[in-house]
Amino acid sequence: MTAHMRLGFQAPETEEELSQLVVEAAEARTPLEIMGKGTKRELGHAVRAGAIVSTENMKGITLYEPTELVMVAKAGTPIAEIEAALAENDQELACEPVDIAPVLGYGPGDGTVGGLVATNISGSRRILKGAVRDHVLGIRAVNGRGEIIKSGGRVMKNVTGYDLARTLVGSWGTLAVMSEVALKVLPVQRESRTLVFFGLTDFAAVEALCLAMGTPYEVSGTLHLHAELAARVTDEELAGNGAAVTAIRVESFPASARYRTSRLREALLAYGPQLELDSDRSRVFWRDVQSLKMFQDVKYPLWRVSTVPSRAATLIGNLARKIDVRVAYDWSGGLVWIETPALADAAAVEIRRQLAEFGGHATLIRADSTIRNGTNVFQPLEPPHDALAAKLKHAFDPLGLFNPGRLYRDR
Amino acid sequence: MSTVTLPDPDRVVLARRNEVVKQLKKLAPQAVLIADLEGRRTFECDALAAYRRLPLAVVLPASTEEVSAILRFCYENHVKVVPRGAGTSLCGGATPLEDSIVLCLSRMNKVLEIDAANRVARVEAGSTNIAITQARPAKGFFYAPDPSSQVACTVGGNIATNSGGAHCLKYGVTVNNLLAVRMVMMDGEIVDLGGSYLDAPNYDFLPLITGSEGQLGVVTEASVRLLAAPKRAPVLIGFDSAQAAASCVAAIIASGIVPVAIEFMDRPAIHVCEHFVPAGYPLDAEAALIVEVEGSEDEIEYLLEKIEDIAQDYNPISARRSQSAEESALIWKGRKAAFGAIGQISDYMCMDGVIPLSALPAALEGVSLICRKYRFDVANIFHAGDGNLHPLILYDANDPGQLERVELCGAEILKLCVELGGCLTGEHGVGIEKRELMYEQFTDEDIDQQVRIKEELDPAWLLNPGKVFPILGRDALKLTIDLTRLDAGPDGAPPQGELVDEGAYIEGEETL
Repeated sequence: MTAHMRLGFQAPETEEELSQLVVEAAEARTPLEIMGKGTKRELGHAVRAGAIVSTENMKGITLYEPTELVMVAKAGTPIAEIEAALAENDQELACEPVDIAPVLGYGPGDGTVGGLVATNISGSRRILKGAVRDHVLGIRAVNGRGEIIKSGGRVMKNVTGYDLARTLVGSWGTLAVMSEVALKVLPVQRESRTLVFFGLTDFAAVEALCLAMGTPYEVSGTLHLHAELAARVTDEELAGNGAAVTAIRVESFPASARYRTSRLREALLAYGPQLELDSDRSRVFWRDVQSLKMFQDVKYPLWRVSTVPSRAATLIGNLARKIDVRVAYDWSGGLVWIETPALADAAAVEIRRQLAEFGGHATLIRADSTIRNGTNVFQPLEPPHDALAAKLKHAFDPLGLFNPGRLYRDR
Repeated sequence: MSTVTLPDPDRVVLARRNEVVKQLKKLAPQAVLIADLEGRRTFECDALAAYRRLPLAVVLPASTEEVSAILRFCYENHVKVVPRGAGTSLCGGATPLEDSIVLCLSRMNKVLEIDAANRVARVEAGSTNIAITQARPAKGFFYAPDPSSQVACTVGGNIATNSGGAHCLKYGVTVNNLLAVRMVMMDGEIVDLGGSYLDAPNYDFLPLITGSEGQLGVVTEASVRLLAAPKRAPVLIGFDSAQAAASCVAAIIASGIVPVAIEFMDRPAIHVCEHFVPAGYPLDAEAALIVEVEGSEDEIEYLLEKIEDIAQDYNPISARRSQSAEESALIWKGRKAAFGAIGQISDYMCMDGVIPLSALPAALEGVSLICRKYRFDVANIFHAGDGNLHPLILYDANDPGQLERVELCGAEILKLCVELGGCLTGEHGVGIEKRELMYEQFTDEDIDQQVRIKEELDPAWLLNPGKVFPILGRDALKLTIDLTRLDAGPDGAPPQGELVDEGAYIEGEETL
C-alpha cells in the first residue's frame, strides 16, 4: 500500500482528520512535530520531524457546567478563551497555570489548553489546589497507531481502568496527540490578601514560608524573590523597596481572609514588620508571578527546579558560591526559578550536580538554541526510569512518530 | 450460578505447589508463609465474599527486598501473584486464583518517617490509612483520603484503587495526595518513583500506578502529603424527598462554596445507621445530607449559615448544626459505620458508579426503578458532592439465584451511570466484579491502549490477572436473565411498580 503523507504544516479540524493524518504518517514512517499554537516550541530540543501537526484548528469549549465545576474543551482552544469563559462565572483554573508564553516571546494567554495539559507547568497555587494534572478529569487523544482513544471522563472521581488521562499530562506531545480535555474548575475566592516581608535572607524566607504552610490557614501562595527580581514587579512599593520580597497569600471570603492573615501575622512576628496587600494589589502581584513578569524583559537563561522545600535555600546557597544567580522561590521553596548568566551550558552541569544531592529535577525553560542543543533541557533519567519511559512510549507510540528528540535526543 | 467467571488454573503450576512453597520459604526467610489449608482459607476471598479461590500459598513479606525476591522467583517460574493489603476490596481486586500465590503486605506496616517541615509522611504499604494521621509525630496534620474502611484498609490498597472517601470533595483522592512510591516490578526490579518534591521530571508514573489494581507492580512504600488539620463541623439537614436533597447538593456547589464533604443518606440508610449508632439522624426524613465545612469557629459558623440558607429553598424538615467535637464525631461515626450496620441486617452488593452532579435526581430515580424491577430493597449512602453513588442492594446470599439477580441489577445501575455521562467506579475499582462491564464505558481501542501498557510492564500477565479487563468478550454480559422469572415474587405476588424499558431514562451523551 502506498502512503502519501502530507508534508509541511497540517492543522486538522476534527479528531477523525487528525486520526487519518497519523495513520498516513505511520504508513509512511514520517515523524511528526506536535504542537498547539507553538508558543512553547522554543522550550525543549528541536524535533526531527517530516511534518508539523497542530491542534490549533480543533478548538472550542464543548461543555461547561459551572454548577458541576467541569469544563470540556478541544485541545486547540486558547487559554485566554477558557479563562474568559470561566471568569464570567466567577470560576478559574485553580492550579493557576504558569503562562510561559511571554518569557518565550509570545503574548499572554496565546497558548492552547492542549499545550497546557501537555506541559503541566502549574503555578503558585499548586501547593494548595494541586497541579494541572490534578485538575484533568479526562482526555481524548490519537495514539501513534492513529487510533482515537479516551480515558477518564467528565466526572470528579473515576477509577475505571488505568488512568491514561493523567498519565498523558506533562508528556510533551510524545505519547499521543490530545484532541479534547475535561478539566475540573473551581470558584474564584472573593478576597485575596498577601502578607509581605522585606529583606529576609533566603534561609529565613524559606523557613517562614514552610512555617506558613504548616498552619491550617490554607495558604495559597508562598514566594520569595531576590531583590533584583522584586524590582521587576508591577507594584511600585514592592519594586521600589530595593529589598528581597517574601509573600504569603491567603484567598477566601473577605472576613475569613482578613482573619487568616491576622493569624499568620501573629505566627510570623519573628520575621519582622509586614506589609499587607489588599485584594487588588494582591491580584496584580500574583498575576505578575503567574506570567513570570520578573523574567520577561531580561533574556538570561531560566531554569525551573522542583526540589524538597525546606532544603531549597541550601541548594541555592551552594550554587551561588559557583555562579551568579537570581532566584524566585515558589511553593515555599519546592519550586525554584533560577536566572543564570549566559554561560555555554546555562550552568546545567552545576545545577544538576547540586540537585543530585538534594533530590528533584530541573528543566531549562529558556536559553538560546545553541545552548539547548548542547545540553539536556529536561532532567536526564536514571536507567530504571529511562527503561520505564521507553516502555510507556512504546505502548502509546510504537513507531516513535510523535515529537522525536523533543524530550531526549535519542528518543 | 453467578455472572463472574474466574480463569481456569494452570495445572502445571498446581502440580508444582509443594516446590513453590519450599522455594518461597528459602527465598524470603523473614516472611510469614501460610501453606496449610486452614490458613489459606483466611485469604480465599476479599470483601467481595461471594467469590472464593484457595491460593497455592500466602506470603507475608517483611521487606521490599523479600518482595523483590518473591516476585523474581514467580516471574522465572510463571507463578501468578495476587497482591493484597487488608482485603477490604469490594470488587474482588484481591480475589486469589488457584494457581496464584497471595502476596499480602500487611506485615509491612511501619510509619517510616514524618517530615513536618515538608509535610510528607513516608510509610510502608501495609500501614493502615488511619495510622498516618495517628502517628505521633504527625500531630496537627492529617492524611486527607479517608475511605470508610480507613481503620483497616492499607495505603497500598488505597493506591491500587485510588481510594477517595468522604473528604475528597475538597482534598482530592489518593492520586492527588501521593508524592512517591517504591515499587517492585514483576521481574523483581525495585524502582523509586517521585520524591519529597512535586511533579514528575518526565512521564508521570504515579497516576498510572494509582488505580492500576496491583497489575503493574507491587508498591511497598509510599510518601504522601500531610495537611495541617483545621477545625471542622458538619450540619445535618433532613429533607422530605430524595430529589430535594439532591437538588440542594447542586445548589451548594453552584453557590461557590466547596464544603469539605457532602454525604447523602436516604431513608433506609438513615434508619439502619441510627439504629446502629444513635447519632440523632432525622428518622422522619426521606433523605439527609451531612455537609461539613472547615476553618475557625467564626468561619465555620458563617459557612454553615450560608449552607442552611441555601437549603431553605428545598424545604428542609430539620437542620442540626453540630455544637461540639463530640457531636461531630458521632455524626460521622454513624456515616462511617453505615456499610457495617447494613451488613448486620442483610447481605448487600455495594455499587460505586459516578454521575455528573446535575444527573443526581435522575440517577436516584433510575436506581430506585431498577431495584424495584429486580425486587430488591436498596439503601443509598454516598458522596454526593462529587456524584459518587453507593447504592447498597440488599439481598439474601443463601437464596440460590439471588446472587445472579443482584449482579444483573447492579450491572444495570452501572450502565445507567455511564449513560448519564458518568463511569462504572469512582473509588472501589473494577476488580473481577465490573470487568465485563468495561465495554459499556470504553471502545476496543480504549481498552487495547490500557492492555498495551499492561503488556509492556508485565508481558506474561502474572500480576493480578483476571481483573480489570474483560476476558469473556464484548457481548458477555448481555442481560440474559429471564424477565418473566422476575414477574412473580417467591410468594407468587407480582412485583411492586412497573417493569421499566431498558434505556427509558437515558439521556446518553458521548462528550468524553
